[in-house]
Amino acid sequence: MANLKRIISFGFQDFSRNKGISVAAIFVLVVAIMLVTELVFFQGVMSYLILQVQNKIDITAYFKADTQEQEILAVRDEVLEMSSNIKSVEYVSQEQALAFFNEKHKDNAVLSQALQEVGDNPFLPSLNITTNGDPLKYAEVSNILENSDFGGLIESVDFSQKKDTIEKVYSITTNINIFGIIFEIILTIVAMLVVFNTIRLGIESSKEEIATMRVVGASNQFVRGPFIIQGIIYGVVAFIICFLFSGLFAFFLSSKMSVILPGFSMWAYFLTNWWIFALIQLGFGVAVGVISAVVVVKKYLEV
Amino acid sequence: MIKFDKVTKIYSPDTAVLQDVSFEIKEGEFISVIGKSGAGKTTLTRLILGLEDPTFGTVYFKDKNVADLDASEIQKIRRKIGCIYQDYKLLPGKTVYENVAYVMEVEGKGNSEINKEVPKVLELIGLKDKVDNFPKQLSGGEQQRLAVARALVNHPDIIIADEPTGNLDPYNTYEVIFLLEKINKAGTTVILLTHDREIINKLGKRVITLVGGRIIRDEAEGRFII
Repeated sequence: MANLKRIISFGFQDFSRNKGISVAAIFVLVVAIMLVTELVFFQGVMSYLILQVQNKIDITAYFKADTQEQEILAVRDEVLEMSSNIKSVEYVSQEQALAFFNEKHKDNAVLSQALQEVGDNPFLPSLNITTNGDPLKYAEVSNILENSDFGGLIESVDFSQKKDTIEKVYSITTNINIFGIIFEIILTIVAMLVVFNTIRLGIESSKEEIATMRVVGASNQFVRGPFIIQGIIYGVVAFIICFLFSGLFAFFLSSKMSVILPGFSMWAYFLTNWWIFALIQLGFGVAVGVISAVVVVKKYLEV
Repeated sequence: MIKFDKVTKIYSPDTAVLQDVSFEIKEGEFISVIGKSGAGKTTLTRLILGLEDPTFGTVYFKDKNVADLDASEIQKIRRKIGCIYQDYKLLPGKTVYENVAYVMEVEGKGNSEINKEVPKVLELIGLKDKVDNFPKQLSGGEQQRLAVARALVNHPDIIIADEPTGNLDPYNTYEVIFLLEKINKAGTTVILLTHDREIINKLGKRVITLVGGRIIRDEAEGRFII
């Protein structure tokens, strides 16, 4: 216990006395942590974009014109219970479908005229089904609809027409995610190497000191300990700086981001996920600081 | 206390630093090892401290084969040996007080004992007014005295002084040698490695002469003859 106290006190002492090295190590760590933080924000933006795209994909089951509303609503309830992959089922009556069409094409005189010539409301009542976005799930839902007991009520399911689009969108979003993860890993490795090198240079200046400590009989733990404590201090200080900076960054850029991504609030994203940011920044900072110290000191402790 | 039994140390295939070296150092002895640079003096100390293993032969510390000891036992041996070097080997990031206290902290001594012993040793060595100075703020002589204080504070069984006067003027040289004699009279074994003729001739103690890694002379009251 006394030794641990001494090791901690030596760590703080060395940290405060080697100001140049401490500032350099913290600066590099801040840059590395901010890089990782940007990637967390990037993941947030990507998830939001993917969700937006996925929400716009749905399956529409068109019912025969003479189907009663009660029957369609009963099908809706059954569909909702059919699979856990179904997020929502929305009923659109013939009147609503006509109203949507009129609203959408109110400036298109040709379409309005064509509709008048048809006379009756040509739209069929329908159910708009949204799943979790996986094309396989859409196919599954589509099959269930066509082959179930109420299949006789259904005029058509438009999944097959949208199938290619859905698969394309899903493949793009999956690729963006994979690319993001690979990019993240590469940048993290580069950041770790830069931090490792800076800490290595700092400890290398203590090479002679480590040799002296060993000659006077200091245990490996006693030699290594203060360097590890310094690594932890670097990590914690860098985390505090980065966390404050991330908060300010999210707060001030939030409105600008909302212009590019309507509905996405960077500040709200930061507030919701602040503990993830804190964990990643603190974990990354301390881990890199400590691992660098352990690896470099180990080299000088080997006889 | 220390025994070298047919010790040979070879660094690279054709660089034998010590060859078939055998001698024994008894408790309370003051022994000088002389030889030109590269004669193998420093390698002797590294073998005693367990910083190197002999290529052939055995080094014993209190009847234990140093090469067979594990890390924690080696550390215990190092704590029983006070080392003084030509280049002082002080901890530059620690003050005078902290440099001396560090050796006691390594051994796990309590704060009250450290606070009692360190000022005592620093007073004995004449550095009590410089406790808060860092090594770079001291003169060469003061740094060497600090190294002596550090070697002494744990009341070691042995003091190994490797060219301790190499960087000192005559006044500081005799001050350090006088200190070593005083420590030896108090019962501590002293091993002095040097190539200073005048010191050896004045001491009139046991001298081992190394030439090319071999012992060519081991005399009870030796003189500097190479």
